[in-house]
Amino acid sequence: MIERIEQLRAKAQQEVEAASTSEALEQLRIRYLGRKAELPQLLRGVSELEPEQRAAVGKTANETRRALERLIEARAAALDADELEHRLRADAVDVTLPGTPPKPVGRLHVLTATMRELEDIFLGLGFTVLEGQEIETVHYNFDALNHSPTHPARARTDTFYLSEDVVLRTHTSPMQIRAMEAHPPPLYVVIPGRVYRPDSDATHTPQFHQIEGLAVDEDITLADLKGTLLAFAKSVFGDEREIRLRPHFFPFTEPSVEVDVSCFHCSGKGFMKDGSRCPLCKGEGWLEVLGAGEVDPNVYSYVSTTERNAPGYDPEKVQGYAWGMGVERIAMLKHGIPDLRLYFENDIRFLEQFG
Amino acid sequence: MKVPLSWLREYCDPDLDTAGIEERLTMTGTKVETALRHGVSSVECFVVGRVLSAEAHPDADRLRVCSVAVGEAAVAEIVCGAPNVAAGQTVAVALPGAVMPDGTEIKAAKLRGVPSNGMILAEDELQIGSDHGGIMVLDELILDAELAPGTPLADVLAISTDVLELEVTPNRPDCLGLYGVARELHAATGASLAQEPWSEDPGSEGPVAEAQVLVECPDLCRRFTARVLEDVTVAPSPPWLKARLSAAGQRPINNVVDITNYVMLLTGQPLHAFDLDRVAGARLTVRRAREGEPVETLDSQTRLLDGEMVVIEDDLGPTSIAGVMGGARSEVSESTTQVLMEVANWNGPNIHRTSWALGLRSEASARFEKDLAPEQCLHAQALATKLMIELCKAKVLPGTIDVAGEALPVEAVHLREARVDALLGMHVSRARQAEILQALGFGVSDAPDGLEVTVPAVRRNDVTREVDLIEEVARIHGLQRLPVSLPARRGAYGRLSSEQRLRRRAADALVGCGLYEAMGWTFTTPSLADRLRLSPDDRRRAAPVVENPLSEDQSMLRTTLLGSLLDAAAHNTLRGMPDLGIFEIGTVFAGVAHAAERRAASPLSETGVIERRALGVVLCGRLAPVTWGVPDPPRADVFAVKGVLEAFAHALRVDIDCAPGEQPFLHPGRSASVLCGERRIGWLGELHPLVARTWDLDAAAVMEVDLNELIALAQGEHEYRDVISFPALRQDLSVVLPLDVPAADALLAVRYAASGLLDDVRVFDVYSGPQVGENKRSLALALSFRAHDRTLTDEDVAPVRERIVAALRELGGELRG
Repeated sequence: MIERIEQLRAKAQQEVEAASTSEALEQLRIRYLGRKAELPQLLRGVSELEPEQRAAVGKTANETRRALERLIEARAAALDADELEHRLRADAVDVTLPGTPPKPVGRLHVLTATMRELEDIFLGLGFTVLEGQEIETVHYNFDALNHSPTHPARARTDTFYLSEDVVLRTHTSPMQIRAMEAHPPPLYVVIPGRVYRPDSDATHTPQFHQIEGLAVDEDITLADLKGTLLAFAKSVFGDEREIRLRPHFFPFTEPSVEVDVSCFHCSGKGFMKDGSRCPLCKGEGWLEVLGAGEVDPNVYSYVSTTERNAPGYDPEKVQGYAWGMGVERIAMLKHGIPDLRLYFENDIRFLEQFG
Repeated sequence: MKVPLSWLREYCDPDLDTAGIEERLTMTGTKVETALRHGVSSVECFVVGRVLSAEAHPDADRLRVCSVAVGEAAVAEIVCGAPNVAAGQTVAVALPGAVMPDGTEIKAAKLRGVPSNGMILAEDELQIGSDHGGIMVLDELILDAELAPGTPLADVLAISTDVLELEVTPNRPDCLGLYGVARELHAATGASLAQEPWSEDPGSEGPVAEAQVLVECPDLCRRFTARVLEDVTVAPSPPWLKARLSAAGQRPINNVVDITNYVMLLTGQPLHAFDLDRVAGARLTVRRAREGEPVETLDSQTRLLDGEMVVIEDDLGPTSIAGVMGGARSEVSESTTQVLMEVANWNGPNIHRTSWALGLRSEASARFEKDLAPEQCLHAQALATKLMIELCKAKVLPGTIDVAGEALPVEAVHLREARVDALLGMHVSRARQAEILQALGFGVSDAPDGLEVTVPAVRRNDVTREVDLIEEVARIHGLQRLPVSLPARRGAYGRLSSEQRLRRRAADALVGCGLYEAMGWTFTTPSLADRLRLSPDDRRRAAPVVENPLSEDQSMLRTTLLGSLLDAAAHNTLRGMPDLGIFEIGTVFAGVAHAAERRAASPLSETGVIERRALGVVLCGRLAPVTWGVPDPPRADVFAVKGVLEAFAHALRVDIDCAPGEQPFLHPGRSASVLCGERRIGWLGELHPLVARTWDLDAAAVMEVDLNELIALAQGEHEYRDVISFPALRQDLSVVLPLDVPAADALLAVRYAASGLLDDVRVFDVYSGPQVGENKRSLALALSFRAHDRTLTDEDVAPVRERIVAALRELGGELRG
């Protein structure tokens, strides 16, 4: 009897191992372990055996049944994996076809991206961001900024007018006065915004953007201006940049300076490695980026004192600096944009290059 | 302002090369825009020659074959085409190897078969004059020099000089004269400064009998001086004068006119020479022009003046536009023998206005408009008189006509030593302060706490306060010496306002939706309102109007972003990029109600214009790129643009709704008002085909909302809500409703009926067809229930669901399946 069981086991083992499909394996399971199969029959008949045989036969038969079950199970898993693998291979695609594009992300306009970059630099230096109105009165745009009543910038060739005393602001500087009227000193603000002047060519558009800076406290010096703008220049144009202040003239700052950044294209040398003149700075080694200065004391006297800004701005007690930089110019320098008009044409091929 | 360096060095000659001078001037406030070489770049091979013989060319009537001595023993054969060449002349010669100012190299060549080894030069060829009528005959032009053949030409003529082109700031008209620049250079380098060129005056004060001047508008003419010179010989100027004028960018005319230009270039003060014999009545009157009065100017054009312009007239009427341009009638000519030399001072802003209004800018107006000092008149008179005597053999008649207001006082300004440090953040000693100010022409004396400073006349308008003196000290001492520091920033901390952060978030959300940000023009055209089919009373027609626009097309301020967004869409479509999604965040403008009253109440600050920040979107063409997997992606429609609105409203955490709402430029059946609670904050929809057509677009989906309002309603900060501890219970509900019940009404009814436990409800499927019957549609709703303190069961929500079903029945709905 035991011999017969061993025989069955050996035969079943051989056949299971040879089974090549799930169906064939199922047939084998039925043949060896099904209700009518020999081994279960044998097990059912154990009780009828001689008592001395019962234990040994029962044990062998049970072990064999369990072994076969495990064997079939293992074989089934192997066959399933094979079949899955086969199905997957049949499902092959041409992986050299282009991928399915994800939902593409858009872009910020290069001027917005540049303005944010600049705002963030000055936020880091402790400035807050204010925004002003684009339509201004002559009072804020010129008078309070110490422009003489006959200053040429007031001319209709230089300023857009909505009426005799209302203009499209020609700079972000009117917000200097409005900011001081709204807040007492000390004051540290930057003012980004759109401004307007009647010019139109490759380097001038009738609308453009500026970022104004204003810091007023009891003791802000020209050296502080230099330090602040050096931080800006290094942040925007690179750690190795230097700046230089050149004396200049603006009605609302005194002393006034123009600020140059050492050229990042030629490292301030003015010429390239091959000896040719640097195309960006035209051989100067410096790029003009902004105008600045110590706030002219006359400007403080135009700031009206109210509850909001008390004690107000006494020119003998406060001093500070201001600057105005052109956003288009900075973006133009950073990205090599040749024509300012591109900024407002909104050609997708332009927009997708930045931001 | 062009400054020939060789001329400048006559007054201040620092031990620096051109680049060194350029650097010093630039870094002290007189920016050198460019430094150029005027004349020849190398003086090699330019020599003095003597024409030994000049024979007719065998084969050319106009050419001569000349033997020219060009050295002690050297003779060059040169073929010359000038009509005036003759044996015995001393001439300027360019030998082979010489490079002309235009870059041409002179080479030995054959001209009509005859060898020619050089070129005999005319003055214009060397850029030292404008005459091309013949060669320069040096022995006639230069009387006081030894001109041996072979002498380097540069020893005799100024054939090469560097020229600095300066940017002179408007506060420094003194630097519109070369002597003023020399003074700057003196202060900037310490090199000595030559005496003022006007320090000797051969003329005299006192009345002048031969001419009369009457000034009727002393407010616009602050000083008028004149001298009479007789026995004037009008002739070409000597070479040195022509060369200097040419290098400074002025065309030599004749000695009288050249003297006026030369004196102007040196002193900064313009002059005008009248032919006194052609001044009718020998009398000049300065007066305001009459409205529409015509004047013929030197350029032979007739200009119409207005009542704020000033003319100078004689007994026959106007001869010049004061300070801007002289007239043809009394111009100096070759036959002139008596000159009335006018040197006047005009009101700067008035001159600026006149020259801009007439489109007539001259060297004179460019200086007068900056407000010169009246004292400068006599500087120019002195120098001009001296040169008229020297160069025109003129005699100056005694006296000077001088119609002037009261002499202006010399202003004194106190400079506290400590203020310099305090403002600059850099120490400059009192002695150094004094040294700098004196070098710049200021008078300086000691005061207990600093300096007492007097201001020279030519700096009177620019320097009036202590801070102005500090600027002078700073720029000459050197801004490169400033240390680098940061302000104390007391109480300062940098952060964006909540509104600014939300605005950034809105833009970022739109970028995340795949849109490109555009920037359109603030300026728009009056025809936009018609293109958008706005009704006559649409408030968007009431755009603020620019009084002085660059063109009619840019004469209004936009009241909507739609125009510029459609322009951008059209631009890209026309260039083969019809699939696009763009947005803009920008200012739109409107007049305020009662603008005039409000302006009257607050004239300094009230503009009468409302500015609002708007957000606009335009979608055109396909919403996704065509790929091999998706060959026909969906196209932009009302739901696409609404999806964009929902995405960015979600980013801002604002609840928005849409209700049917028409706009004249939108498809009437596919347009909506955007609502935020009760407030209408914008619109969206598909563009009306008639509007799309005027931009050459097939179709577009567009939107505009008031970003100020949206952001005001946005929730910037947000408190934590526990939606994690207990899961939501989700159920679906399908309801058949009459077609005319908007989905929003159904959702509102559901929310209203459910109250507490309903967390969210949305439509996830819409079906209409035979199975649901005519004029009906089925909406599939996804309901999500949630309690904050327990996990809900179907039994918990059963009563809520019943209420929802009842509410939908009231709308005419029936549950499906």
